[in-house]
Amino acid sequence: MTTKKTLLVIGNGMVGQHFLTSLVASSIKDDYEIVTFCEEPRAAYDRVHLSEFFSGKSAEELSLVEPGFFEQHGIVIHLGDKAETIDRQAKTVVSAKGVTIHYDKLVLATGSYPFVPPVPGHERPGCLVYRTIEDLEAMAAAAKTGKIGTVVGGGLLGLEAAKALVDLGLKTHVVEFAPRLMAVQLDEAGGAMLRQKIEELGLIVHTGKNTSLITDGEQCVNKMCFADGEELETDIVLFSAGIRPRDELARNCGLEVGQRGGIVIDNQCRTSDQSIYAIGECALWNGMIYGLVAPGYSMARTVVADLAGDLASFTGADMSTKLKLMGVDVASIGDAHAKTQGAKVYSYQNGDNQIYKRLVVSQDKKQLLGAVLVGDASGYSTLLQYCLNGIELPENPDALILPHRSDESVGLGVDALPASAQICSCYAVTKGAVCSAIEAGFTSLGALKAETKAATGCGGCSALLKSVMDCELAKQGFEVNTHLCEHFAYTRQDLYNLIMVDQIRTFAELLEKYGKGNGCEICKPTVGNILASYWNDYILEQPHLGLQDTNDTFLANMQKDGTYSVVPRIPGGEISPDMLIAIGQVGKKYKLYTKITGGQRVDLFGARVDQLPPIWKELIDAGFESGHAYGKSLRTVKSCVGSSWCRYGVDDSVGLAIELENRYKGLRSPHKIKFAVSGCTRECAEAQSKDVGIIATENGWNLYVCGNGGMKPRHADLFATGLDKETLIRYIDRFLTFYVRTADRLQRTSVWMENMEGGLDYLKSVVIEDKLGLCNQLEQQMLQVIDTYQCEWKTTIEDESKLKRFRHFINSDQTDDKVIFVEERGQLRPADDDERKHFKLVEVA
Amino acid sequence: MAEWQDVCGIADLQTNSGVCALVDGQQVAIFFLLPAQTCYAISNFDPFGNANVLSRGLIGDINGQPVVVSPLYKHHFNLQTGVCLEDDSIKIPVYPIRLNQTRVEVNVREAP
Repeated sequence: MTTKKTLLVIGNGMVGQHFLTSLVASSIKDDYEIVTFCEEPRAAYDRVHLSEFFSGKSAEELSLVEPGFFEQHGIVIHLGDKAETIDRQAKTVVSAKGVTIHYDKLVLATGSYPFVPPVPGHERPGCLVYRTIEDLEAMAAAAKTGKIGTVVGGGLLGLEAAKALVDLGLKTHVVEFAPRLMAVQLDEAGGAMLRQKIEELGLIVHTGKNTSLITDGEQCVNKMCFADGEELETDIVLFSAGIRPRDELARNCGLEVGQRGGIVIDNQCRTSDQSIYAIGECALWNGMIYGLVAPGYSMARTVVADLAGDLASFTGADMSTKLKLMGVDVASIGDAHAKTQGAKVYSYQNGDNQIYKRLVVSQDKKQLLGAVLVGDASGYSTLLQYCLNGIELPENPDALILPHRSDESVGLGVDALPASAQICSCYAVTKGAVCSAIEAGFTSLGALKAETKAATGCGGCSALLKSVMDCELAKQGFEVNTHLCEHFAYTRQDLYNLIMVDQIRTFAELLEKYGKGNGCEICKPTVGNILASYWNDYILEQPHLGLQDTNDTFLANMQKDGTYSVVPRIPGGEISPDMLIAIGQVGKKYKLYTKITGGQRVDLFGARVDQLPPIWKELIDAGFESGHAYGKSLRTVKSCVGSSWCRYGVDDSVGLAIELENRYKGLRSPHKIKFAVSGCTRECAEAQSKDVGIIATENGWNLYVCGNGGMKPRHADLFATGLDKETLIRYIDRFLTFYVRTADRLQRTSVWMENMEGGLDYLKSVVIEDKLGLCNQLEQQMLQVIDTYQCEWKTTIEDESKLKRFRHFINSDQTDDKVIFVEERGQLRPADDDERKHFKLVEVA
Repeated sequence: MAEWQDVCGIADLQTNSGVCALVDGQQVAIFFLLPAQTCYAISNFDPFGNANVLSRGLIGDINGQPVVVSPLYKHHFNLQTGVCLEDDSIKIPVYPIRLNQTRVEVNVREAP
């Protein structure tokens, strides 16, 4: 037996967690018992997107830890316990709660704390910082009674914090000591443009201001006094004036620290003690503290490699950044301030559209040294590649920032990038890694993202990733075959458009015009489905009859023995006792196996094909409609009981669920669609696991899209917040029609969105901002579907000629002798092979 | 020797789809394709799903062979030979079928 060594990680922030995930994915994962201390009450969460907490994201959604991660990998985590002392001689760490851990290797990922300038009054009520979820909760509490908030610090984090104050509904000021905003990243003109844009959004910016005192206010809780004699009344003072490394543990045990703080590390991220590493914002490399997450991740990976005995070095990081600050694109690359000897500068300023771009190039104009982009950061990826890979600039570098009004592309061809070029900086994915994955057969954007993790962090590189993929596929001689099947050399989306443009009404017509052969089980249901979503004809009409799979043709779900299950619609899962009894009576009469479904309705199993019409006759007479459980269409809108009964309910989730289910019932779509509505953020209806999920908040409905359960569960993405019902329904109309028009066959909304260039942001731009000018059309199309709804079962039982098919034999009233049931737990089920031979068979009515 | 049995009228068939007939105790799936007016008769039993369901499968063609797709696990069976496209060791019975005026006739004795 070998005893494992102990690896202790102090700190479970973003970098600490990235270290753990890198470690458990490495070859040395089984060499160590892994233990980690986390001072905060919850494990790692996404601090980069912290402000989304106020636009509706919950603490759980911000989490960076997959459920079950620690258990699955045998990692012991001490939550809410702070490491207090390190004894380097004994190699032990003692925590605040008195836990003592012996370590063989120790990783310090203690992060940083917000710097609060020692201004007199900085500890007054309402003086806060912006770092943890607890800080956010304190801000939310203070905002309840306050009206005005002020951020001290106009850097990257300060502006993020300002957005949080705006989201809390406060009148927001930003106070910056430097003469401009984002002084580290932007030059003067860039900072001025950013200021103008931000002030248009209602913020008030004060630059060149030095706070000298915080004291009692007259209208507000606090008053800030500045060195120039001016004053500002504010309820909240939010300090975001930079960070300081948390190095006190290291300092107290005698590790080498920098003069201005930070644990000194070498290129392998080792501290002055060879058994101890430091990573992230607590570490000082070459005199630098990196306050960004990407360099911290890079350090984490370096340590994993070093522990595994691989050669790896951290040799500094690129500090280029691109972000959206309150909807304003801002990017900074490399030497933005043109500090390099002999550097030349080009700039472009468009006062009308408020765009500012600046290029810094080398003296010989061959290399890009840096860039600043404000208002339009679309060129970021290309410029960054020029800069990082030392690619020679075109003859006139200014072409890279000048608006091009012709079709001529001045972007950098991805083919020119070397294999070492980094495509995704969040996960350090190179072009070489992407190409290998493509060669290994991951040839769709979705598959490539899942395999390489590229574009799954901030998502900023997804367009670049797509270009690399397209270029590589073309180069490898792949003819990207998107043909639906051998009968149609078109995609589903093409066929949809052809049907729409040519107003084609039948499969035969489409086949004659655009296809060949007789069709197959791929194209027939696909076309049947498109025709049904566009024209919404009765699907058993003669020309459509042979198109649908058996479930659709018999309007029921075939089970393993060839019998069917029957699911009446129960909108929102609300059902009266009488209706419930009616279902029970049908089940009893036809001896059907009865089960509650996951979508809050009742499934009746074991109906022979000849029993379907009489069963439905009885159900329809009792007031039921088809539940479309057999179709690629809207299934259910699940709901919790909501404000009518629940003491926590914020709004009437059942009422909305019923309305939505009745609105979209019968809509044929590329795949099944599931909805849910929760009446409060406790989320009992599990709306975030649905294609369309809605959660009531005090500010209105929050809309989530593109989630699913099943084999590959996916949480839905927050799409819009605080909606009134009319807007909510309008967005859903547009979203669903856009999905129906553009998705591939059998593609759920999640995969559809992931494969979409631009992803969620693009989808928002189409549905919310009407970027394609389609919204009116999308809504009209949905209205047409809603207006032409019919219960397919009602139409069927009223048409004698349609009922002819609902018998097992065309020439006999006998039934299928292969259908045999046995009893189990008081109900029937199909007999298995053994039972067919040995057991007494139950006779069926 | 051929023994043709009257099964049903042409009007009882489903265009571009299937029905099941009981012929001499055998379950026979009958498919009727327009505009060619072609008929196929095969066993209704799906040996993979172990159930009598093939008459309820979708029909079409794959590389020019007419096929039915089982509704259970989506195996393809050639309508002319009964051979399964996914596993050619499996071959289901195929029966001669003909249209006689307005009637449909099947010969289940001559199944290979």
